[in-house]
Amino acid sequence: MTVLADLPADPTVERRRAVQEAAASSLRRRKIGSGIALGVCWAFLAIAIVPLVAVVAYVVVKGLPAWNAAFFTQSTVPEGIPGGGVWNAIVGTIVITGIAIAVTVPLGLVVGLFLAESDGRAAASLRFTADVMTGVPSITVGIFGYIAIVRNYGYSGLAGSFAIGFIMLPVIVRAAETAFRGVPTSLNEAALALGARKATIARRVVVPTALPGVITGVLLAVARGLGETAPLLLTIGGNQYLQWNPTKQMASLPTTIYNSSSQPYADQVQLAWGAALLLVVVVLVLSIGSRLLAARLRKERR
Amino acid sequence: MTDAGIVTTGAEGGGAQSTEAPPTPTGAVVMTLDDVAVSFSGRTAVRDVTFDVHAGEVTALIGPSGSGKTTLLRALNRMHDTVRTAAVTGTILLGDLDVYAPTTDPTLLRSRVGMVFQRPNPFPTMSIYENAVAGLKFNGVRKKALLDEAAESALVAAALWDSVKDRMSAHASTLSGGEQQRLCIARALAVEPEVLLMDEPTSALDPIATKRIEELVVELKERVTIIIVTHNMQQAMRVSDRCAFLLMGDDKAGELIEYGPTVQLFSEPSDPRTLDYVNGRFG
Amino acid sequence: MTIIETPTPAPASLPPGTRGRFGLSDRGFRWTLGAAALVVAALAAWFLVSIVLQARPAFSTLGFSWIFQGTWDPSHGKYGLLPFILGTLEVTAIAVVLAVPIGLGTALALAYLVPARTRAGLSTTVELLAAVPSVVYGLWGLVVLAPVFRDTVEPFLTSVLGWTGLFDGPDQGVGLLLAGVILFVMIMPTMVAISRDVLAVVPNEQLEGAMALGATRWQVLRKVVVPGARTGLLGAFTLATGRALGETVAVALVIGNSPYIAHSIKSPAATIPSLIVNNFGEATGTELAVLFAAGLVLLVIGITVNSVARWLVWSTAGPSAGAAAR
Repeated sequence: MTVLADLPADPTVERRRAVQEAAASSLRRRKIGSGIALGVCWAFLAIAIVPLVAVVAYVVVKGLPAWNAAFFTQSTVPEGIPGGGVWNAIVGTIVITGIAIAVTVPLGLVVGLFLAESDGRAAASLRFTADVMTGVPSITVGIFGYIAIVRNYGYSGLAGSFAIGFIMLPVIVRAAETAFRGVPTSLNEAALALGARKATIARRVVVPTALPGVITGVLLAVARGLGETAPLLLTIGGNQYLQWNPTKQMASLPTTIYNSSSQPYADQVQLAWGAALLLVVVVLVLSIGSRLLAARLRKERR
Repeated sequence: MTDAGIVTTGAEGGGAQSTEAPPTPTGAVVMTLDDVAVSFSGRTAVRDVTFDVHAGEVTALIGPSGSGKTTLLRALNRMHDTVRTAAVTGTILLGDLDVYAPTTDPTLLRSRVGMVFQRPNPFPTMSIYENAVAGLKFNGVRKKALLDEAAESALVAAALWDSVKDRMSAHASTLSGGEQQRLCIARALAVEPEVLLMDEPTSALDPIATKRIEELVVELKERVTIIIVTHNMQQAMRVSDRCAFLLMGDDKAGELIEYGPTVQLFSEPSDPRTLDYVNGRFG
Repeated sequence: MTIIETPTPAPASLPPGTRGRFGLSDRGFRWTLGAAALVVAALAAWFLVSIVLQARPAFSTLGFSWIFQGTWDPSHGKYGLLPFILGTLEVTAIAVVLAVPIGLGTALALAYLVPARTRAGLSTTVELLAAVPSVVYGLWGLVVLAPVFRDTVEPFLTSVLGWTGLFDGPDQGVGLLLAGVILFVMIMPTMVAISRDVLAVVPNEQLEGAMALGATRWQVLRKVVVPGARTGLLGAFTLATGRALGETVAVALVIGNSPYIAHSIKSPAATIPSLIVNNFGEATGTELAVLFAAGLVLLVIGITVNSVARWLVWSTAGPSAGAAAR
């Protein structure tokens, strides 16, 4: 056993001294550098959060005063005329989104089940197609809605539903597939062993077990669909008056906000803020709801 | 393992006993632990640890799982600093430096006390060379001459130089598990620490790689003092000069039962619990 | 919000007649499933065919050079797309140049610096803000931010950075700069959410390895964490870029809608999406065909960028990274 102090010419000791020297002399620089860099990260965090919070804050502060009885019961009035509300836009959004949900949710669920069921090349291509569909710019979806429906049948709420549905569909398909794949095969095998018919199994076992995941996905898809503006601008045509019939031109909250934003009349802008607040509230409620559901899902799984 | 660590008198922590063996010069004390305890959120994980670590030796921390060996080891280079709920009490001295003094800088400490982990953890985005010099660069060493020299010396010491000298720019992931661990050892050695902590360094490796690392540990102890945690008694017998035996008490906290020369601990331990452990009656 | 998730990887192909995962080989049932799948496939095909067919006349009438010409004046038969291509690129560039460092710093802070207890709450807040509709950002940008830019930000920047030649012209508020900043705010939640996810999954043992060698906190982040997550970070950056390229209404509201090539960062300009949304209603004939073609150009760009991005993100952090990303 050697004691290190006995070997003064040892290159190890020489290097050790050199390393310690470098370490000690650079320590201050390194620590200050670290402190500054970390401080910059904190500053960036603040820079990121401030505008995002500011947007929501402004929407609340400017939108709340717009929420009066007239806002919710009257329809939009032509520019320059004071007053009015967004009832026609609310109805439009409800109808357009409602139809889109009614069509895409069942369709998306069934396709999701198909994809969870099958592992062949056809399924792989379909899965890839759904993924690619999520990357389509929303204005191009609007163009498609125009080509497919408006060209032949004119502007209408249905054309808007078609476009919004196109956007929502891949989201639901993928969420559904993930949820269905999450159902353990053991459940299915147990049911089979008990003699159940296969379609019954799907209905009684697979769908209920996957339901929370599916609902989460649907909520997120709806939140996304509610916020889309560009496709609607090209398909629904707009309508000053209350219109429940989706085959006719309709108004919607996002398009109303868009059209009113650039108006020079304070009343119109006020309306835009109010509508914006309404949209934000609904979208946030859906998003938070889907998160809570997902969290509860995770807890139950454990 | 003939005359390894047979102690006469000299600085020792509590628990060790002298034997009537021919006097052998002891290594100077390089680390002192005095009444060290580690707790998390008030719950003690290990306590009553007092012993000295002697230079140029391999000191093994042994004991069944849960006895706090790794927790104790990580306290030596202040790895618990990032754990908010952790509290370390007692005194740990590196030479005459109080490891936990407020004026002691942890990053500087870690350039003097290195660590090798249970699973090899080379940096995957760096080449073999870059891994070897990573520690030096972290500590502000810039001169290429020193970097190259230290890297080569460390890789030679880790018995890796011959296999990697022609592919220093290859990624660390191209090495086998045992080679990766030796790269990690080289990486730690390149910084020329005074003490090298090893946390079960062979438990993730196959028997052949394990054997090579054990041989390495014995070779390295002249260059750097080694403290090794191992749950494998035979390994402790093969590589270490001294052992500290820890055992979990009734309060679920680990405590130091006995400390002394390996040969003595395994043949004539003073504590009956040590006797039980080395005879394989539990653990 | 799109959930970026993929199911557990499926084997290449199975022999025909194999029961599916749930043994649902019942023919009627499978027929229904297959029909639904066909509907979706048909829809996708219809989409592609429609866009391409409607875009074709523009190319057959005008050739391809119009894409890169600089004058847009439909009343005189000039359909140069260059001002809009440049506008799209410039506005995206401003947004991305801001979003990359700030987004990375924010993500690092969220993943490693913020105390564990507040981590989830802050991250959730940032991700929820991805759900705010783009038209709301546009409204806020136009009504709130534009006057501020016109009266305060732009004069200040001009006085400090005017020497670069980028800040010529009057302070109008609306223009490239404002649009770029609004886009930056909009793509941040996406960027931060994904970046944070990929940064957080760098294995702890690598961080410990660096720490044990004597690295400072920043050294650990800079030399081990960020490089370890670089593929995923690239994916986050690409995804954010893709989103910026396709953004329509927020940009249209604040960019000033001028069909000329911008000569200053304060100039009003236009992007391909804003061109389409502004002119679609009244366009006819050649102009309409050109707009369809522009839509096709945008489609190709958008899909390419989006696919590259998702592949990059999946290959690092796995299927469920960045669940709040669009």
